[in-house]
Amino acid sequence: MHELSIANSLVETAAEAACDAGASKVTVVHLRLGLMAGVVKSSLEFCFELAAQDTLLEGSRLEIEQLPVEIYCPACQEVLELASVQWFHCPRCDTPSDDIRQGKELEIESLEIETE
Amino acid sequence: MKPRILEVRTKVLKKNDELARQLRSDFSAAGVLAINLVSSPGTGKTTLLESTLGRLKQAGERCVAIVGDLATDNDARRLARSGVPVRQIETGGCCHLEADMIRDNLAEWKLTDYDYLFIENVGNLVCPTSWDLGEALRVVLLSVTEGEDKPLKYPGLFNTADVAVVTKIDLAIPCEFDRQAAHDNIHAVRPGMPILETSAKAETGMKSWIEYLQQQRDQLKARYEADRALRQA
Repeated sequence: MHELSIANSLVETAAEAACDAGASKVTVVHLRLGLMAGVVKSSLEFCFELAAQDTLLEGSRLEIEQLPVEIYCPACQEVLELASVQWFHCPRCDTPSDDIRQGKELEIESLEIETE
Repeated sequence: MKPRILEVRTKVLKKNDELARQLRSDFSAAGVLAINLVSSPGTGKTTLLESTLGRLKQAGERCVAIVGDLATDNDARRLARSGVPVRQIETGGCCHLEADMIRDNLAEWKLTDYDYLFIENVGNLVCPTSWDLGEALRVVLLSVTEGEDKPLKYPGLFNTADVAVVTKIDLAIPCEFDRQAAHDNIHAVRPGMPILETSAKAETGMKSWIEYLQQQRDQLKARYEADRALRQA
């Protein structure tokens, strides 16, 4: 259950940014989460609530944007969305590629904050 | 109260990533090849490591090991028998190692005194995926007793590895291990990844594994020297 460690880092990082911006409260956290980030969305949502307690993020909503995996195909010379994370091959021409261009994101995009 | 949007664009594991980057550069400068061993519990990380430490020591290489375990120090005691300095991290239920745990446990070692740092991660095929420990080499182990489809079930971890080691290869026949399927599945989630086959117990494939490690360490040193020469030029 590593999502609790992730949630703690998430809250810590967000609270720091919010504090620096002079926020009194965070209402929404926008998170970008790649399919290959190794994080289960529902577990993270559950842990987030716990981790947010007694911080600027208490009671805030976690909005997760899930990102599919995209690879660069050296044959097609194009970035394409993988059909399955069990098959790191170009969905068009089947050339093997693990040149991942999207799908490992685990980052805070923005916060909705209130200042006094 | 004025609601507003604050752009952050920061990685959640930024602190871990930054520390890992620092560790990686320290290891490289000291000429230490750091190896992160990951697998499910019972794949034989400790057995492979025991044999590896013994062999490297015999070859005159200087090794240290850090071993993560949920609740016991059994693995550390096994590894200490090789005569190599070993540090135990009891994670107290934490399912993976993080970069700060590595940093804290390195404190009493002088990196330049060593050639290899082995990190035996907690037995888990999911949680260690996201945590960079500053390793040069992430080694994923797959035992013949586990089934050939593990890479498909855990693509995340297999995809982040640099090399796969199939362990307990001496049991391949009784387990009806489908070697081709295992290789195909590994390459489905990580095209081109080198695969080595070993049995630490039967002493099969150990020579190639040791040579692979030595080669990796030589390359690390060569890369560092080349970078340094480039910076000085």
